[in-house]
Amino acid sequence: MQSSNARPRGSEGDAESPAENHDGLDTAGAEASAGVRYDDPWYDELASGWGETGGDGTPVAPVATARAQREDRAAAAADVYLEVQRSAAFQEVRSRYRRFVVPAGIGFFTWYVAYVVTATSAPGLMARPVAGAVNVAMVAGLGQFLTTFLLTWAYARHARLRRDRAALELRWDTQELTRTARGGASS
Amino acid sequence: MTGDHQTLALLLFSAFVAVTLGITTWVSRHRHGSAEEFYAGGRLFSPMENGFAIAGDYMSAASFLGISGLIALFGYDGMLYSVGFLVAWLVVLFLVAELVRNCGRFTLADVVAARMSERPVRIAAGTSSVTVSVLYLVAQMVGAGSLVALLLGGTSQAAQSWTVIAVGALMVIYVSLGGMRATTWIQIVKAVLLLGGTVVLTVLVLVRFHGDVDQLLLTAAERSGHGRSFLAPGLKYGGDWTARLDFISLGLALVLGTAGLPHILSRFYTVPTARAARRSVVWSIGLIGGFYLMTIVLGFGAAAIVGPETVRGSNAAGNTAVPLLALDLGGGADSTGGTVLFAIVAAVAFATILAVVAGITLASSASVAHDLYASLRRRRAKPRSEVAVARTAAVGIGVIAIALGLLARDLNVAFLVGLAFAVAASANLPVLLYSLFWRGFTTRGAVWSVYGGLIPAMALVLLSPVVSGSPESLFPGVDFQYFPLQNPGLVSIPLGFVAGWLGTVTSAEVADEAKHAETEVRSLTGAGAV
Repeated sequence: MQSSNARPRGSEGDAESPAENHDGLDTAGAEASAGVRYDDPWYDELASGWGETGGDGTPVAPVATARAQREDRAAAAADVYLEVQRSAAFQEVRSRYRRFVVPAGIGFFTWYVAYVVTATSAPGLMARPVAGAVNVAMVAGLGQFLTTFLLTWAYARHARLRRDRAALELRWDTQELTRTARGGASS
Repeated sequence: MTGDHQTLALLLFSAFVAVTLGITTWVSRHRHGSAEEFYAGGRLFSPMENGFAIAGDYMSAASFLGISGLIALFGYDGMLYSVGFLVAWLVVLFLVAELVRNCGRFTLADVVAARMSERPVRIAAGTSSVTVSVLYLVAQMVGAGSLVALLLGGTSQAAQSWTVIAVGALMVIYVSLGGMRATTWIQIVKAVLLLGGTVVLTVLVLVRFHGDVDQLLLTAAERSGHGRSFLAPGLKYGGDWTARLDFISLGLALVLGTAGLPHILSRFYTVPTARAARRSVVWSIGLIGGFYLMTIVLGFGAAAIVGPETVRGSNAAGNTAVPLLALDLGGGADSTGGTVLFAIVAAVAFATILAVVAGITLASSASVAHDLYASLRRRRAKPRSEVAVARTAAVGIGVIAIALGLLARDLNVAFLVGLAFAVAASANLPVLLYSLFWRGFTTRGAVWSVYGGLIPAMALVLLSPVVSGSPESLFPGVDFQYFPLQNPGLVSIPLGFVAGWLGTVTSAEVADEAKHAETEVRSLTGAGAV
């Protein structure tokens, strides 16, 4: 288990996630990290706005240090999650996720609803011929298929290049912190 | 239909049953009866395997028989189903698959209950999951029934009923003996068979028209008797405003319902990581998209080659268009080719029904045992006994599905599936999205959101023309129809979201910051995922 693990400190307590070792470490991650920012078609256009508005903008005082007495194991472990949630690394992962998912989600949903509503309210427009037997309705329907395939590809690529690696590191860190918190409280 | 068709189809189908039963016994050799094994198949399937299995779970008889039938009868309006069924996967991919894999263990309720007071939330989510599953099961049972009716010439009521019962019995055997591992392999085998069968038929249709899709569409339009309007929306849903709203309602239900289907959600737990869950969805989107593109060709092919009149004559709802198309493509009713192709299609459709039914039964038995039973009898519910409860629940759900399937025999299966999707979108999706993304969501909000979607959806179906008040309804004799739409989604999906919001803002309880942090961190990073 240890040998195949790129993050040695994650290896001690991996009993809960045996699978990471054959799946978690992505092959694309290594070469991706250098060129990501330029590769990703979604990054530049959408970088402004979404992540910020979606983030939990309110500045929160670091409570974790204030709780000196951690009597309760669960409370200690819960603090770990709060701590991680407030960390810059996690906020980066979250905003990358949101910067893709929010605009892409709104985009495809609007496009789909527009398609359905047009099909019902403007059948005349949809029946307009384009080429041969193919009319606007056919083109729009097949267009839905096409955009679905394209968005699937874009999402998978975005997640692979821009989230997976950071998320995996956070996973190990969080699990490590949780273990320490639990261990510290019990001893 | 002649005896040859029957014999050959039954032979092929028996072979499928034998193979799948073999799989069931083989994979359950080393099974140690843990909940992990029964509900999630050990969580070690590869993304490709799971992608095929998801596709197998999703490409139901409703798609294969129902959508093609609708296209054959109503042209373009049937295509809406194909588009909605596919676009829905973007919701699953973007918002659900990875996050649910990271946060949950076996069911939808696991994700929600992690943040909330466990018992009421589990009971609510468990109830709605079981309801959705039973509705979906009924659709599959009706598909099985109409297929048999066609096979046996539509005369023998008793044979039809016995087939539905036999399908139910087989699914209970698969699920209770093999659990998730066997069910997954059955899905994979079925997905391969179904895709293979569809590819063969599509190629034959295209060959018939010398690869000229234009010609295919024109012939279909001409044969339909509607001319060019057959190729544009409006034949089925283009009448008065109720019909149009029904169309929009259905469209919403399709695109939002998939992410709330319990048997789809449970599939993400069969892979080791969120990344694998994402890759399985990518696989399944490819497979499902290709499949739906082919059903469009088959639907128009059936209209062009068989003709809507013949289709309608065989089954008023159009469910038998594809088998009839196969018969014709093979060379006609009296030829060997026709017999063989018809038998293959019938057997594939049977296999499809059987596999889908097994998947849903497993998911709903998990809801009963893991959510409902475990919440109602917490003390004694040890993991081992929970699996025993799940096995018993599978039997009970099988019986209910058989009974309802016999009752709803004459409804179009694609339409019935639309109902199941509407309920899933109203009751399951709001609570799932709120739990994952809304920091202030509370227990009361969760419970209200489930019941606030489930109860209106079910009530509106009961008051709709599906159940009473029109000649095609379930009980044509009585009239308590007060809601004009056949699909409740347009009303009940917003209600589910509003109820969740209302419950949250009115509750005295303050959302637990730490639990939200835990859900958010876990869902995006996979920390602590099982």
